[in-house]
Amino acid sequence: MANPAKKTVFAPWDDTNEKPLITFEGVTKKFGSFVAIDDLNLQIYTREFFALLGPSGCGKTTLMRMLAGFETPTQGRITLAGQDIGPVPPNKRPVNMMFQSYALFPHLTVWDNIAFGLRRSDMPRDQIPARVEEMLRLTRMEKFAQRKPHQISGGQRQRVALARSLAKAPKLLLLDEPLGALDKKLRHDTQFELMDIQEKTGTTFVIVTHDQEEAMTVASRVAVMNQGKVVQVSTPDRIYETPATAYVADFIGEVNLVEGVASPNPAGGYAIAWAEGQAPIVSACDKSIAQGARVSFAIRPEKVRITPDRPEGAQNAMQGKVHDIAYLGNISTYHVLLPTGQIIKAQTANSRRVENREFTWEDDVWLSFTDTAGVVLTE
Amino acid sequence: MQLRRTFLILVPYLWMLLFFLVPFFIVMKISLSQVALAIPPYTPTLDITQGWDGLVKFFSQLSFSNFQFLTTDDLYWRAYVSSLEIATVATAITLLVGYPIAYGMASAPDEWRPTLMMLVILPFWTSFLIRIYAWMGILGREGFVNSTLEWLGIIHEPLTILNTNWAVFIGIVYGYLPFMILPIYAALDKLDVSLTESAQDLGCTQIKAFWLITVPLSRPGVVAGCFLVFIPALGEYVIPSLLGGSGTLMIGKVLWEEFSSNRDWPVASAVAVVLLLILVVPIILFQRNQQRQQEAEQ
Repeated sequence: MANPAKKTVFAPWDDTNEKPLITFEGVTKKFGSFVAIDDLNLQIYTREFFALLGPSGCGKTTLMRMLAGFETPTQGRITLAGQDIGPVPPNKRPVNMMFQSYALFPHLTVWDNIAFGLRRSDMPRDQIPARVEEMLRLTRMEKFAQRKPHQISGGQRQRVALARSLAKAPKLLLLDEPLGALDKKLRHDTQFELMDIQEKTGTTFVIVTHDQEEAMTVASRVAVMNQGKVVQVSTPDRIYETPATAYVADFIGEVNLVEGVASPNPAGGYAIAWAEGQAPIVSACDKSIAQGARVSFAIRPEKVRITPDRPEGAQNAMQGKVHDIAYLGNISTYHVLLPTGQIIKAQTANSRRVENREFTWEDDVWLSFTDTAGVVLTE
Repeated sequence: MQLRRTFLILVPYLWMLLFFLVPFFIVMKISLSQVALAIPPYTPTLDITQGWDGLVKFFSQLSFSNFQFLTTDDLYWRAYVSSLEIATVATAITLLVGYPIAYGMASAPDEWRPTLMMLVILPFWTSFLIRIYAWMGILGREGFVNSTLEWLGIIHEPLTILNTNWAVFIGIVYGYLPFMILPIYAALDKLDVSLTESAQDLGCTQIKAFWLITVPLSRPGVVAGCFLVFIPALGEYVIPSLLGGSGTLMIGKVLWEEFSSNRDWPVASAVAVVLLLILVVPIILFQRNQQRQQEAEQ
């Protein structure tokens, strides 16, 4: 029986017949002796909302500026819809960019800012007003059309910048830290608005951000970058659940990393010896890892159960003392000190009021998790 | 607190009163007097010892006849018009020379900027008068320009540059160039690079982005620079008298001649008062430009 759910899933990267909209083929970018992008390969597909995530200086902005045409690769090729865009100047590319500073023209009204790109295009003059109105409606800025950029709020400026960069209906829209200047609440609302607009217009979005939560929220796929290289490209849930390296695991969300030596179990999976006098961690990992290889075992705090007694039949269990409690309102993170000196974080939802909570500082507790809860990382 | 504020405001006002308003009223008074063979060379002079009668007599002798005289001799209005022309043309040339320099400075790498700025300000370390004298040597018939051009074989007869209006233009452009460059540089320096980049991103060529974004946004600097050159150039005396010829008619030179050669202090003062009235217009416009710019920045 065919799986009907599969049809609605948007996953062109899994479809071998699908041609990517953008490909990076062995792209290297150097600034003097500094290597900003190091032999990078990447495919981005039509209608994707693709996030470039990484710490500052990881090369994500350089990557974006190469797509916009403000930087040219030192080596390698970038293609857009099959065409090598290396020699194409920024004004000739079907690519628009929303700048981090928004870069709204301060001497022009909101209306003229949005019309700016259209006036430079081959769109007939009499069709421009209709397109500008459409963009104003899309971003709910109709009332502010005649204002100058300094007369509107930060959130409104962000929307004007978005409207201006979408007005020419580019094949690809680049967003450089688009929500960086907004406060947290507005940023959350705007993330959903961005996704709505992306869906409505069907434009391919590439967003640069250092905020992992933002990348996870908006993106169809996330590329985690570090020092000019893409460490992992995958959907947000895969990045979170099965990080490729300890770097990715640590960069995205909170994680416990336990180092140890792996040895295959006869029944499948691995046993990881991680400390003297402690039972090895059992993990049902299907990667092939050599006997005696040094590995990191990564497990998310919310996948670690915390109980007052040793739970029956737990595949992995360890005893410790509550060292610290981070109370975040909806959840609490317990920092549990093991006899080995390591600290393991365990997270639970605060279903009870805080004064009735089960554990407090210096309590003896048991931590437990299943053999599928964590991942074994070799890098 | 209140006292301190009053004091702070009082200092510049007192300065203005002592060094601008009082001298201005003295000049104004002289312009209403008559020339006389005396020391000082005009009448009437105020003699307070005569009391009320002296005061009445003093005011009854003041008249606007010098200002009327300015309208009867066409030398004066021709000098005013010619000054306006020369100052306008010189300002335009200074802008054409200064803008590219300011633009180059603003787009230079950060480590170069202090050096470039230094080069612009460096001429101020030498006296203005000496620098203008130096141009006499450069522009003269036997000067540096002519000898170089002759040596290169471009000309065979020395060009007459010194003692023409050309020399005056060169002098004004040279002398006031920093006043043009600095405000334009300040305006360009503030511009966010991403503005021109986003204009390019939206379909402009680099040149078009310059015209549509950089030029309009640097306008306050251009306006400020033009006024800073135009206002002093209008009343310029040193440059036309050293570099200009007998045909160069500028009001600063006329004023000087009335004052020293003719020893006609009243007429010279009247010329100065009218010059000031002409200058008030661009000065007010300049102040409004500055104020608007400050408001826009807030």
